[in-house]
Amino acid sequence: MSAVQVDTMSVHQPQAVYKTSIGKKIIMAITGITFVGFITGHMLGNLQIFLGQDRLNAYAEALQGLGALLWFIRAFLLAFIALHIIFAIILYFENRSSRPIRNVRVHNIESSLASRTKIFSGLLIFFFVTYHLLHFTLIVTNPEYAALKDSLGRHDVYSMMILGFQNYIISGVYILAILSLSFHLSHSVFSLFQTLGLNNAAWVPRLRMISNIFAVLIFIGYVSIPVGILFNLAKLPEGGLL
Amino acid sequence: MNVTLYIWRQKNAHAKGKMEKYEARDLSPNMSFLEMLDVVNEDLITQGVEPIHFDHDCREGICGACSLVINGRPHGKQHATTTCELRMRHFKDGDTIYVEPFRAKAFPIVKDLTVDRGAMDRIMQAGGFVSVNTGGMPDANAIPISKKDSDTAMDAAACIGCGACVAACPNASAMLFVAAKVSHLAYLPQGKVEAKKRVQAIVSQMDKEGFGNCTNHLECEAACPKEISVKFIAKMNREYMRSSVVSK
Repeated sequence: MSAVQVDTMSVHQPQAVYKTSIGKKIIMAITGITFVGFITGHMLGNLQIFLGQDRLNAYAEALQGLGALLWFIRAFLLAFIALHIIFAIILYFENRSSRPIRNVRVHNIESSLASRTKIFSGLLIFFFVTYHLLHFTLIVTNPEYAALKDSLGRHDVYSMMILGFQNYIISGVYILAILSLSFHLSHSVFSLFQTLGLNNAAWVPRLRMISNIFAVLIFIGYVSIPVGILFNLAKLPEGGLL
Repeated sequence: MNVTLYIWRQKNAHAKGKMEKYEARDLSPNMSFLEMLDVVNEDLITQGVEPIHFDHDCREGICGACSLVINGRPHGKQHATTTCELRMRHFKDGDTIYVEPFRAKAFPIVKDLTVDRGAMDRIMQAGGFVSVNTGGMPDANAIPISKKDSDTAMDAAACIGCGACVAACPNASAMLFVAAKVSHLAYLPQGKVEAKKRVQAIVSQMDKEGFGNCTNHLECEAACPKEISVKFIAKMNREYMRSSVVSK
């Protein structure tokens, strides 16, 4: 073998990862996978509303009991939301400018309306999350929720959710938001696996199917809460509010 | 057979272009799409009109020179077929056909349907090769390569660099092309030596050329006349991540 390896590929200073097109995708995928985890956990946690007031309020108190860890998780999620949005906007404008003049005829085959409109479904999700936090977490829009306590003196998250979703407008907005979330997710799960390189020819169709199934499950899971409340499957505690 | 054509006409790189209508008459269904354009051009020349400019070379589906977005699809609707291999029998008598260039900021229009795909050549120059410094031809089978790797590398190497993936991509991204080149060499021992450097160099050049970012729409794979799989994009993402982690 030759003793000296002369390098003909230009000496190359690697670009900062977040500046390259693949790096930006990876940031979208890693932040995205965190949201997939959060969305799943948040749904499973709140579905406990159908197990009764005690169960849900105990769960809520346990979460609050995490103390500093809870704030760490919240800060982490907010930072990831910011990153996901910033890079989505950068990618959106870069991708728009990469074809200044469009063809008269465009025939899409594999892409879906969901995959092509993620920036818009994402924006809707962002507006909803902002409202959702003001509504249930920070209790700004409906300050009367703050006084709700159950018989054990815990913050009565159960009654708060029921009061919230008994309002048709709030439930309607919530269902539309979950619809755009599911729309977004129908392409997201496949996309993040592909971006992280966890894919091969056999898994392309499987992951696309999994992505769609996941989106449907998330839709059913979340929408069952306002629908269940509106159909009285979960009702205010007997004997009224304390 | 007769067809009505709407074709993008643009005098030069700086002129404003527009779609113009042409009637193509008395065509044989066995003509290729490019032969049909040749007939239209013969007619235009006899009328003293500037003929339609389009790229072509081998006309047997292997060189990657022909392009054209036909009715919104790069290389037309026939699966795994280049424009030169597309036959008029794939259309119906009386059809209206829209013919437009492969559009991307990185593919500036030279004239009419001819675009400058030099960006892809510069990507190849940045890393689409194996450095062989000296020596004679190595003995056959001196470097063992598994059948699986050799087949996969060959599948990636089928890319003819036509740019249909860029034209099909809603973001005008060149990821499928670049991924095919990176993967082709990364699966072979000769290419592995420079794999880390290659993926960095090639991705950096791709970004410099102004292609869009891949957002996994998969339009590229559907349009590719050589059926290059998006699995190679996943492979390139792996190669890129490995090179970013290991080189630091």
